[in-house]
Amino acid sequence: MKTKNGWYWLFLIPFIGTLWPPFYSSYRPTLAGFPFMYWYLILWIFLVAILSGIVYFIDNR
Amino acid sequence: MHWSAFIVFLILFAIVTVLGFSASRWHRGDLDLIEEWGLAGRRFGTFVTWFLLGGDLYTAYTFIAVPALVYGAGAFGFFAVPYTIVVFPIMYIVMPRLWRVSKQRNYVTASDFVRGRFDSSLLALAIAITGILATMPYIALQLTGIQAVLTAMGLAGHGFLRDLPLIIAFVILAAYTYTSGLRAPALTAILKDILIYITVIVACIVIPVELGGYGHIFHVAAAKLPATKGSLILSPKLFMAFSTLALGSAFALLLYPHAVTGSLGAKSGKTIQRNAALLPLYSLALTFIAILGYMAIAAGIHTKDTSLVVPLLFLKTLPEWFAGFGFGAIAIGALVPAAIMAIAAANLFTRNIYREYFAAAEGPNREAQVAKIVGLIVILGALVFIVAIPLQYSIYFQTLGGIWILQTVPTIMFGLYTKWFHRWALLLGWLVGMVTGTSMAAAESFKTSIYPLHLGHSVYLGYAGIWAIIVNIIIVVVLSLVFNSLHISNGKDDTQSQDYVSDSSQAVGQ
Repeated sequence: MKTKNGWYWLFLIPFIGTLWPPFYSSYRPTLAGFPFMYWYLILWIFLVAILSGIVYFIDNR
Repeated sequence: MHWSAFIVFLILFAIVTVLGFSASRWHRGDLDLIEEWGLAGRRFGTFVTWFLLGGDLYTAYTFIAVPALVYGAGAFGFFAVPYTIVVFPIMYIVMPRLWRVSKQRNYVTASDFVRGRFDSSLLALAIAITGILATMPYIALQLTGIQAVLTAMGLAGHGFLRDLPLIIAFVILAAYTYTSGLRAPALTAILKDILIYITVIVACIVIPVELGGYGHIFHVAAAKLPATKGSLILSPKLFMAFSTLALGSAFALLLYPHAVTGSLGAKSGKTIQRNAALLPLYSLALTFIAILGYMAIAAGIHTKDTSLVVPLLFLKTLPEWFAGFGFGAIAIGALVPAAIMAIAAANLFTRNIYREYFAAAEGPNREAQVAKIVGLIVILGALVFIVAIPLQYSIYFQTLGGIWILQTVPTIMFGLYTKWFHRWALLLGWLVGMVTGTSMAAAESFKTSIYPLHLGHSVYLGYAGIWAIIVNIIIVVVLSLVFNSLHISNGKDDTQSQDYVSDSSQAVGQ
């Protein structure tokens, strides 16, 4: 149990990626009409779901 | 009066009423027990929990308030996106622990856990009161979602007539919550979310096509936002406010009583973990709902009452009957969380105030009876609140509610991991945090939860809840050091370390 929980540190990544606005407070590059800030944050929604899924599978191996 | 919208709306409302009442027979259980009425017997699987938590955390108020904020402020309103991203790692790590210890020790509320862990009914009372105080205005605000769509459909009478549809909606809600308990919002949440997803998908395809595409919508928003002191891209002076608000809201969200109730209704800790991976779909919907604020700008919607932004946009750009469909989704989206919130507040009152201080010896049947009646009182109280008191006060209290709930993080979340923190230190930290956060919001006349903190010659614009919890945590740590070194009793711990890690029930010594 203990060793598996080390994977939980991966969960720090979305905090850094989404709570540091200097990373994404810009208009360009746009994607399908969406300014960078918007599609970047939408991308993170998918990434956090995938990350939770990965940790879940590691937890229940 | 928009009749075709109203008729579709009424049909949806009728369906949800039937579902709410018939929910009492779903996954049959003895509804005279508080675990059955208030947690639906802890037996919801991944699928139902997904709808229940989704319906719980993404409320009608969100659907109205977030686009309204975006409509005026622009990028800042999108704090809701990082907020509903980082909430899932926290959920994955923390909530299964709370579920497991609650299952082992038959806890129904977070305060039950605090009572057991720290052997302090006073600390448990502080947590329970915080939860109830934060939940009440939240229920009241759900009504504004219903009110907004009713107004948009042209149901604007005067005096008593104006409030009549709201009163009918809430009396129905109170009645099926009374009879069905947590099963009612769980079952209606499934319908609600199907409606919400259909509405969002259609709106986000049809409206941009009409308005000339997403690129054009963002262009128009960028040009028009400065007029309302907003901006399309977050300005650097708001970076810290944006991030602290997102972070603080994420920690607070999971400790709201309705989030705890929704989580404890799951059938295992794993169910909650699976949901941490599946619930972000709601965040995606929320992002597009927020963008509706920009669509309203591009569509030339002008209104002083920003809660009407989305309803007016729907009426202007969608076929009228489909706007009615969307309105039904929003209204039902108000009823689902309102029911869970009322049940959660009722559980707290019954377990941590009534049982603790008024009737310790009475049995579980009496507990469920009390909870049902308190649930009724809570819903009707929220109704009186919204009908009798200006809306602005509910919004102020809701702002405060988030700050307050955040102050329970050390006791509940830290408490799930360690008994090192001292119960009296947690209580004093909570008290100072509550006072600090409240006075910061008061200094801003309760209009915003963003407080400019002056340190030396610098000013830091950030979420008052975060400033308050920093003070809270410092006090908790320092006083814990003092109290522990003085060997002041930290109470008898009712839980054991293995209670927190396994989904399966073990016959550990009670």
